Amino acid sequence: MTWVRGGGLSALILGLPLLFVFGMFSWFPIVRAAIMSFQTTNLVTDPVFVGWQNFQQVLADPLLSTAVLNTLYFAVLALIFGYPIPLVAAVLMSETKRGKGILSALAYLPVVVPPVVAVLLWKTFYDASATGVFNTIVGWVGLGPFPWLQDPATAMPSLVLEATWAAAGGTIIIYLAALTGVAPELYDAAEVDGAGVWRKVWHVTMPQLRGVLFITFILQIIGTAQVFLEPYLFTGGGPANSTTTIMLMIYDYAFRFGSYGKATALSLMLAAVLAILSVIYFKATAKWSKS
Amino acid sequence: MNQNRAATPVAEHTAHDEPGHGSRPTGDERAAEVTAAVRPVASLVAARRRKKAAASADQADRGIVADSDWRRPSVKRGLGGAHVLLWISLIVVGLGPILWLAKAAITPTQDILRTPMAIFPNGMDWENLSTAWFRFDIDLYFYNTLVLALGSWAMQILVAASGGYVLSVLRPRWGKIVHGLVLATLFVPAVVLLVPLFLTILKIPFTDISLINSWWGVWLPAGASAFNVVLVKRFFDNLPREIFEAARVDGAGPFRVAWSIVLPMSKPILGVVSVFAVIAAWKDFLWPLLVLRDPLKQPLSVRLPALENYVELDVFMAALAISTALPIVIFLVFQRMFLRGAGLGGAVKG
Repeated sequence: MTWVRGGGLSALILGLPLLFVFGMFSWFPIVRAAIMSFQTTNLVTDPVFVGWQNFQQVLADPLLSTAVLNTLYFAVLALIFGYPIPLVAAVLMSETKRGKGILSALAYLPVVVPPVVAVLLWKTFYDASATGVFNTIVGWVGLGPFPWLQDPATAMPSLVLEATWAAAGGTIIIYLAALTGVAPELYDAAEVDGAGVWRKVWHVTMPQLRGVLFITFILQIIGTAQVFLEPYLFTGGGPANSTTTIMLMIYDYAFRFGSYGKATALSLMLAAVLAILSVIYFKATAKWSKS
Repeated sequence: MNQNRAATPVAEHTAHDEPGHGSRPTGDERAAEVTAAVRPVASLVAARRRKKAAASADQADRGIVADSDWRRPSVKRGLGGAHVLLWISLIVVGLGPILWLAKAAITPTQDILRTPMAIFPNGMDWENLSTAWFRFDIDLYFYNTLVLALGSWAMQILVAASGGYVLSVLRPRWGKIVHGLVLATLFVPAVVLLVPLFLTILKIPFTDISLINSWWGVWLPAGASAFNVVLVKRFFDNLPREIFEAARVDGAGPFRVAWSIVLPMSKPILGVVSVFAVIAAWKDFLWPLLVLRDPLKQPLSVRLPALENYVELDVFMAALAISTALPIVIFLVFQRMFLRGAGLGGAVKG
């Protein structure tokens, strides 16, 4: 009774939505993932424990190395396209005197376009005929026409280009927020020491942004490692598996072939790699930050 | 699902955020800023005050380039040129594709195919919009999208507000463990949940209920957003506890305190959660694709790729344009909230 009078019961009642939703749709599935990866399930008969068999089969899948390399390729290209550009844009935007609000709205606009619409729209842009949108544009300077999505060599860069367009605005806004946090006194001090614009950018702004730059870097890696929408909607993994990513493999395992065990085994391996990578990354960057 | 996916990378923020809380000085102004931004009311007021102070005190508003730098011709020319370039490229890249889509939505198919960059060489075709809306059932899919967005929104508000209240204000003995478990889910990438969550929806354990083809199959998992709970809990943590004590002394029970005191005070944070919830639901693709097999229940994001195969190009463009219109309008209306939210949650949530 004292428990009820002390508010124990009402806390439990008010906590119920959280406990139910998280319990059923977050905690339970996470535990289930760990169990399922050691089972084979066909949804009809009871699941059977098979030890490491799922992991072994996934690792032996000839497609895995392709998918891993493609995902890495996507991640590296996304870094090349998507890491420096938002930084330069944000620094320039923070130095404009007028229209900063309009500029940030313009930069953020692509982020608001629903991702499916963005991909389908860009698919139209990438039309391989000479009168496609992009081929018309490159035609103005005498280039092309390019096959874009139909050629294994250009398919992945085309995907990354769209993904960068869709995501860059968000990164710009993060950098802009960080830039306003740089103490003006630091610039004053640098000027007293005779620093020009470039040296201020290099020796004051960049070190001050280091924390944010470190975080956006690892966040981008984690995000691109799980890329699904672009390869799924643009190319479905083709041509010749040149855009098959790890997420696409997981999707195929589970929802095309019904190998739920293999799908969870692969997703757990991906999660483990990402976790290890993040830990190493944060250890390493903590060391750099000190020196 | 979508919420989980969106929230996962934020884990790194939190990871970075917690230990840096005053103990690690280097590079952690950012962490402090994130923490500050999580308390929207306080930070908003403070930011406004700071802005005012900055406007009145000269020099405080400065950036990298000083006024003396601006007077140097090389800087003026270089930076001026860079700014012109920035404006042009942001207009072309940010606005260009959207304007093109708006144009294509009312252009006949043949013109889109043959002269995609020409502006209405053979006039406009407004009928694309009504054809898409009525004949290809965009109205139904639009309605489905709204239902999904509103349900996910309600579920997220319910879980985040009640959960945040319990964890922050009532603080039962089991609260710490639950809070820890909620935080832990931030570190689990969404990909891990995909398959087991799907099987859970397929057959809710210990029952014979299947949520396939049910709105609840999308709404309920959307509620399990650790990001929201953390956001709301931190906000409640910063409300003055004296008010709750005073209300309790006056005889208000936990429900009364929640309804009459905490809820009215938490409008700003619930606003942020609401905008994110609606936009995230609008964007979600993979999860509704898996759960809602019945085309009559599918949202725009799931139907559009299917429509692509059997709808004429101009009508398809109209369908894409209709699907984009509402998010853009919401963005333009709540611009401040978006840009502030993106700055705090990372691009992940936008």
